[in-house]
Amino acid sequence: MIYYVAAFSLILIGAYAVLVKKNMIKIVLGLSLIDSGVNILLVALGYINGKTAPIFSNPSLKAEGMVDPVPQALVLTAIVIGVAVTALALTIVIRLHDHHKTLDISKIRELKW
Amino acid sequence: MRKAIAVIFLGIIGYYLLATFFNIPFGIARVLDGVGFKYLAMGVPDTGAANVVTSIVVNFRGFDTLGEVTVLFLAATGMGALLHHREPMKRSRQNASIIVKAGARILFPLIIILGAYVFVHGHLTPGGGFQGGAIIASGFLLMFMSYRSYHVNHVVISRVESLAGSTFVIIGLFGLVYGHSFLANVLPLGTVNTLFSAGVIPLIYIAVGFKVGSELTGLLDTMLKTVK
Amino acid sequence: MDILLIILTVILIVAAVMTIRKKDLVAAVISSSVVSLIASIYFYLLQAPDVALTEAAIGVGLSTIIFMITIRRTRRMEE
Repeated sequence: MIYYVAAFSLILIGAYAVLVKKNMIKIVLGLSLIDSGVNILLVALGYINGKTAPIFSNPSLKAEGMVDPVPQALVLTAIVIGVAVTALALTIVIRLHDHHKTLDISKIRELKW
Repeated sequence: MRKAIAVIFLGIIGYYLLATFFNIPFGIARVLDGVGFKYLAMGVPDTGAANVVTSIVVNFRGFDTLGEVTVLFLAATGMGALLHHREPMKRSRQNASIIVKAGARILFPLIIILGAYVFVHGHLTPGGGFQGGAIIASGFLLMFMSYRSYHVNHVVISRVESLAGSTFVIIGLFGLVYGHSFLANVLPLGTVNTLFSAGVIPLIYIAVGFKVGSELTGLLDTMLKTVK
Repeated sequence: MDILLIILTVILIVAAVMTIRKKDLVAAVISSSVVSLIASIYFYLLQAPDVALTEAAIGVGLSTIIFMITIRRTRRMEE
């Protein structure tokens, strides 16, 4: 249960940063917080009390005593994609800073909302 | 004003999320014959890999992994295109302190060996191509940090990357020719829990390890080049 | 065990709040790497060692460095 609370806190704090903050690096940080929160939520949904990791490292382990491996494989993919997306977003931030000499998103007229 | 709207909006979302998830109990098997349990039961007899997560990532859903590697490649290409400068900026020649330099020289080969170990043993222990590649890239990062003049050869990096990427696709095509589908496990499976087992899985993970390692190293080098 | 988990969660939430509150972007990025570190411990406790290793290598290491390079390249303070 406490994993759900942690995951939702991360998602909501990250969404707050994306909605309210004006600094572009803060917005990207908020996106990466949402990323961590969703990953924790997915892995927590696959967990089953008292079961072990899905690795047959010795013959006494049985398939019935293992947690669901599918969310883990999904999250493995999601983390690697997440860092690639973060790096691309930060590159765009660097280019915008080169062009407009500011990180404040409200001072960049073309991006105002 | 904007803050207040955001807080109200997020409060509503958070309330409904929590209300929904309090009905989903934590730590209880909800699906008794889901796809995950099928993978657990069939993983070892079908693929020969002791680590079921690896057999899902590389074999059962290997096509997804090919797409993931493509996304990583596209991100690196996009960064290279966006950060391209006609005249390359000179990095200042100021080095780190002697302790950092000596330590980095000793640690660098050990970190590379750890990364190689992690991706070679991906089908037996936790870890695999993505983790091993990231560890190798952090080893190169240590060298970039301690020796400011240290640089990698971009031609070598892109050659390694394309070679590893084509190895992945060619192994997949072998499966199409000699087996029943793309990425089918055509090599003998061997004994479970030994290094030479699981057919094509270790080969694919070694290719992924080289690809991720060279890609992330090139990405860090591209970004560090723009810092004055 | 439960006490440890609650302490970890409190540190996680405090670090997440510090990530968006700090005016110094370097401090904010270090706080976000603390969030990733605790997420990695969570994955270990949830019997997902593969994911824990990935998060430790990529979330804590590489993504922090990428943010640091960006801050070095642009500016450090949030005005």
